[in-house]
Amino acid sequence: MAEAQNYPVGSTTAGQIAVAAESTVATRMSAPPSFDVADFPVPHGREEEWRFTPLERLRGLHDGTAVATGDGVKVDVRAPEGVTVETVGRDDARIGRAGTPVDRVAAQAYSAFEKAGVVTVPKETVLSEPIRIAVHGEGGVAYGHQVIELGAFAEAVVVIDHTGDAVLAANVDYVLGDGAKLTVVSVQDWDDKAVHVGQHNALIGRDATFKSFVVTFGGDLVRLHPRVAYAGTGGEAELFGLYFTDSGQHQEHRLLVDHNTPHCKSNVMYKGALQGESAHAVWIGDVLIEAKAEGTDTYEMNRNLVLTDGARVDSVPNLEIETGEIVGAGHASATGRFDDEQLFYLMARGIPEHEARRLVVRGFFAELVQQIGVADIEERLLAKIEEELEASVA
Amino acid sequence: MATLEIRDLHVTVEADNATKEILKGVDLTVKQGETHAIMGPNGSGKSTLAYSLAGHPKYTITSGTVLLDGEDVLEMSVDERARAGLFLAMQYPVEVPGVSVSNFLRTSATAIRGEAPKLRTWVKEVKEAMERLNMDPAFAERNVNEGFSGGEKKRHEILQLELLKPKMAILDETDSGLDVDALRIVSEGVNRVRETGEVGTLLITHYTRILRYIKPDHVHVFAGGRIVESGGPELADKLENEGYEAYVKGGASA
Repeated sequence: MAEAQNYPVGSTTAGQIAVAAESTVATRMSAPPSFDVADFPVPHGREEEWRFTPLERLRGLHDGTAVATGDGVKVDVRAPEGVTVETVGRDDARIGRAGTPVDRVAAQAYSAFEKAGVVTVPKETVLSEPIRIAVHGEGGVAYGHQVIELGAFAEAVVVIDHTGDAVLAANVDYVLGDGAKLTVVSVQDWDDKAVHVGQHNALIGRDATFKSFVVTFGGDLVRLHPRVAYAGTGGEAELFGLYFTDSGQHQEHRLLVDHNTPHCKSNVMYKGALQGESAHAVWIGDVLIEAKAEGTDTYEMNRNLVLTDGARVDSVPNLEIETGEIVGAGHASATGRFDDEQLFYLMARGIPEHEARRLVVRGFFAELVQQIGVADIEERLLAKIEEELEASVA
Repeated sequence: MATLEIRDLHVTVEADNATKEILKGVDLTVKQGETHAIMGPNGSGKSTLAYSLAGHPKYTITSGTVLLDGEDVLEMSVDERARAGLFLAMQYPVEVPGVSVSNFLRTSATAIRGEAPKLRTWVKEVKEAMERLNMDPAFAERNVNEGFSGGEKKRHEILQLELLKPKMAILDETDSGLDVDALRIVSEGVNRVRETGEVGTLLITHYTRILRYIKPDHVHVFAGGRIVESGGPELADKLENEGYEAYVKGGASA
């Protein structure tokens, strides 16, 4: 889409690069981070962090009325040998080290979960097979917490797969030891009615590498907060995201990369396709380069492809720089639409209509999908994209 | 031998909540191997003719017929027309985000030829065609028309013409916006296709400049939504000297 930006009706894209002594990324939240839900007032919808979200569709996750039903989700963890898989109580010291809840629902999840899952890859353990965590919604309300910890120089791929129907608020902690390499694929392939809200905190050790794919297809409302901070120099984060927002769906991804440590890197690339009446995607990309984070190298981008009329995108990159001693910092956001002229052009070269749409959407997502490196997940995503496209033609 | 027959073609367009007739009875026959130049002032309906033949949804055919080898073109969808052998080189080629030139060309060639070209020969075919048009190989990995200069867009159109080998090529103001070097390269591309003798060419232009490179067999003056005069190459010389003034007045009073 490059610089040629073509905004469909209803799309907005805004961005700013602020050079500030005080962080607006932190201060524009309506309350400071806290593990206690009581520290957050019930949102009314006009707060900066809630203004894009239809609160009435949160099914009570935001105001304390959603009570866990016991039949919310079923979690099944399959891990290769050498990995420790535990279910622990709330007082386990390993919970909550990667980050503190930043909004009412994340704090609600933290305050309400009964048992947490902890998956540990011991130091210097290099896995050849992915760890697979299947979270299947059984139709009820659930709160959860998952910790994934890699010891120093451990290497692992984790696939967290969300399916079924649920009202779920759950946070995830990723804790990476020095030199560890973690790839995480979180797939939100929910049924149409599901509501899923969560905060994903990654704490990246010295010289460690965190690669994350957040893939959102399903659900009535999905609102995720992937957040990254660094525990030592030389850390690298690659945050990739892919969403396909259909008619009536609200899919919101709010990222924060906190460059709180010198000589770390981050690269953010989220891409979304939208189709159908009232499809709404929100992407907030906050990158904060703190005063002490000299030598930071960061880039973030968001691209949206609007396939039909009636869809809406809000894309807000926000880069805040408190030191000039950096390697690089940039951001980009563009929303383009697949319009009748593009369709005409492709069809005028003999390409049938459904093939033309497929060509455009597959091309749009290809560079992301190819980077996942987990064959069955790549195939499933491509198949899922096809399925979404078929649905739009029908 | 392929023949494109346009008979009494009337076309309207919706603009400002009103229906406006742009084409007012176009008659033209183009045979394989022939080159027809259609020349006319701005707003005469030349581009409407091109886009109507290709099937652009903006235009409504109110009467008339278009036959390609006896087949009713107007009954075909846009992609069917292309597969039947019509090709429109556009004046303003459209950017297609996320689709690389190489992927686009192969998908298009597969659709037109009815089967996927064999990969090895295809790569060579594209590479050679690009070389002939002075196109950098890196071009193939860029997204279709995205960030292309005016000259690159036109070369990309002619690259498609060479690869897709249509029966009828409609070139809509392919010369506009090109400097002399680019015009020469693009014209040479068109001439290579013409020299096969297998394509009929409808060259739509405002200027006579391109006719120094691409020699037409027939020249038609287009004004007021129809062809108002037809002749040989000498008609272009007359237009070069006298301009369209006579036809603009004539078209208005007709």
